[in-house]
Amino acid sequence: MSNQSQKSITLTPSPSLMMRRKLANTLMFGGASLATFIAVVPLLLVLYYITVRGFSALNANFFLHAQKPPDDVTGGMKHAILGTLMIIGIASCLGLPCGVLGGIYLSEFGKNRFGAAVRFAADVLNGIPSIVIGIFIYAVAILPLKNPHFSAWAGGLALGVMMFPTIMRTTEEILKLVPISLREGALALGDTHWHSILKVVLSTARGGVITGILLAIARISGETAPLLFTALGNSGVNLNPNRPTASLPKAIYDFATNPSDYWHLLAWGGSLVLVAMILVLSIAARYFTANRLGESN
Amino acid sequence: MVAESFENAPPRAAASAKEPIRREGFSLSHLVESGFYWGTAFFAGLVLLITVLIAFQLWRTSLPAIHAFGWKFLTTSTWDPVADVYGAWPFIYGTLMSSFLALLLAVPIGVGTAVFLAELSPKWMRTPLSFMVELLAAVPSVVYGLWGVLVMVPALRPFQSWLSEHFSSIPLFVGAPMGYSMMAGGLILAIMILPFITAISREVIKAVPPTQREAAFGLGATHWEAIKGPILKSARSGIIGAIILGLARALGETMAITMVIGNGNGANISLLAPANTLSSALANQFAEASGQQVSALMYLALVLFGITIVVNAMARFLIWRMARDLGRAA
Repeated sequence: MSNQSQKSITLTPSPSLMMRRKLANTLMFGGASLATFIAVVPLLLVLYYITVRGFSALNANFFLHAQKPPDDVTGGMKHAILGTLMIIGIASCLGLPCGVLGGIYLSEFGKNRFGAAVRFAADVLNGIPSIVIGIFIYAVAILPLKNPHFSAWAGGLALGVMMFPTIMRTTEEILKLVPISLREGALALGDTHWHSILKVVLSTARGGVITGILLAIARISGETAPLLFTALGNSGVNLNPNRPTASLPKAIYDFATNPSDYWHLLAWGGSLVLVAMILVLSIAARYFTANRLGESN
Repeated sequence: MVAESFENAPPRAAASAKEPIRREGFSLSHLVESGFYWGTAFFAGLVLLITVLIAFQLWRTSLPAIHAFGWKFLTTSTWDPVADVYGAWPFIYGTLMSSFLALLLAVPIGVGTAVFLAELSPKWMRTPLSFMVELLAAVPSVVYGLWGVLVMVPALRPFQSWLSEHFSSIPLFVGAPMGYSMMAGGLILAIMILPFITAISREVIKAVPPTQREAAFGLGATHWEAIKGPILKSARSGIIGAIILGLARALGETMAITMVIGNGNGANISLLAPANTLSSALANQFAEASGQQVSALMYLALVLFGITIVVNAMARFLIWRMARDLGRAA
């Protein structure tokens, strides 16, 4: 490159060199446009199938009935939708307080070696493949039971473990943005440290913390692999967290790998509901903060 | 303890905070204060505990397999639950090969798309395209898997039978065109990491200081030369970081690839042959495993755990280095 530009400094630039450079310019930009086209086609196809096939599956049966035999076209996904909500609820109850409190520690007290170790561990945990987390929960929360059985508790625990480091790190980043003067002001007025953190720091950063939480929920709600050996699945509606429970992603997996055409249709409908749910969570997350601090990834 | 923790306090407060507050007798406020500190510290420590526990648990449960097979586990290819002989090479090969295929397809297309989005696209195209990229990054793996099973694999079959008819002299294209294959696995991974690589590469290209490009234009460079120079100089390690983050995603990806790769237990060079990755082997076999096989599967999980940690650390290092270089240049 540098050779060429040195040559072109001479007073009589060779026309063939100019041609070559212009050709390279055209070729590379043509290549970039072509790459965009190639990239957009499969991605559009994915979106097209989710929306078109998905919408054609949505009707009253889809929401009001649980799974029925493959050729019964009145079967639905009620069991999976309720199960997913229950498992996400359990995961949030576990991951949310742990994540926010851990994040408070890292931001307010964590400038030490222990804090650095925790940050490193959180990043490692964030990067562990979700199936490994599912197997871990199976080994520590199901196998040691007197009577080992799959349950929504275990599924929620696996997803909660996945939420925990995500929420912790985003909470930390957002609390760090709260101006130090606010902390000083609260302390100068005679507030205690813990009270000032909860009432001043945390409530100032509330929008950002909520964004982080919603994005974490959005991220885990489509997870299937951690549920394979924890919540397992269920063909009926189950609201007892101590029993195997269906979930949308797991039901999509089961239906997709079955030859029944009607189940394929249900799987498309389930995908649409799942993607819509994640989309609503992400849009709600944006609503809580104008700047997109939560999306550190 | 509380006083020591006043890290974020202003200098004056910090100076006084060096001397620990000692209160005489019982103080409710002091109790609450230290309770709050230790409470938050407990939850921060919990992450550390869980991470260590995962590593420990994987190691402990895979001990029988580690003792039985040792390092040879990583290089041998027999996977026979009946005879209780296990070797992980087909799965390690499957993981590496499918991720390599995914990168081979997704990197040139993703970086090209990023250049197009950052430099060439008309303004009206940018918002819908970047919205689409973000939307697709949010689509769960299992939905890509569903699309792969019902749309991509049937579409691949004719192409594969054409390949096996005309190119069966090349070992890559030998075998029955079943659709469910290494090729399908690599393809679905490529589609999944494409939005990811595009989005990060675009950010990285945009982060290059405009002065560099302006200087190139000033010297009479063509538009491509003005982009190429700065990208090669400043954005290179950032783009490599994006690629490695994409690789980390591809390596740990489970559902989509489990659904399309065909669950074959052999390290077959042919792209038309069904295969397995570390994660798909876990997803397919863990539920029915017992005895030594559980331990061998745990060993697989441990290998996967190790690979992803190394790859993630590499990506973070590269992105950190790029941030440092850009900081120095500015």
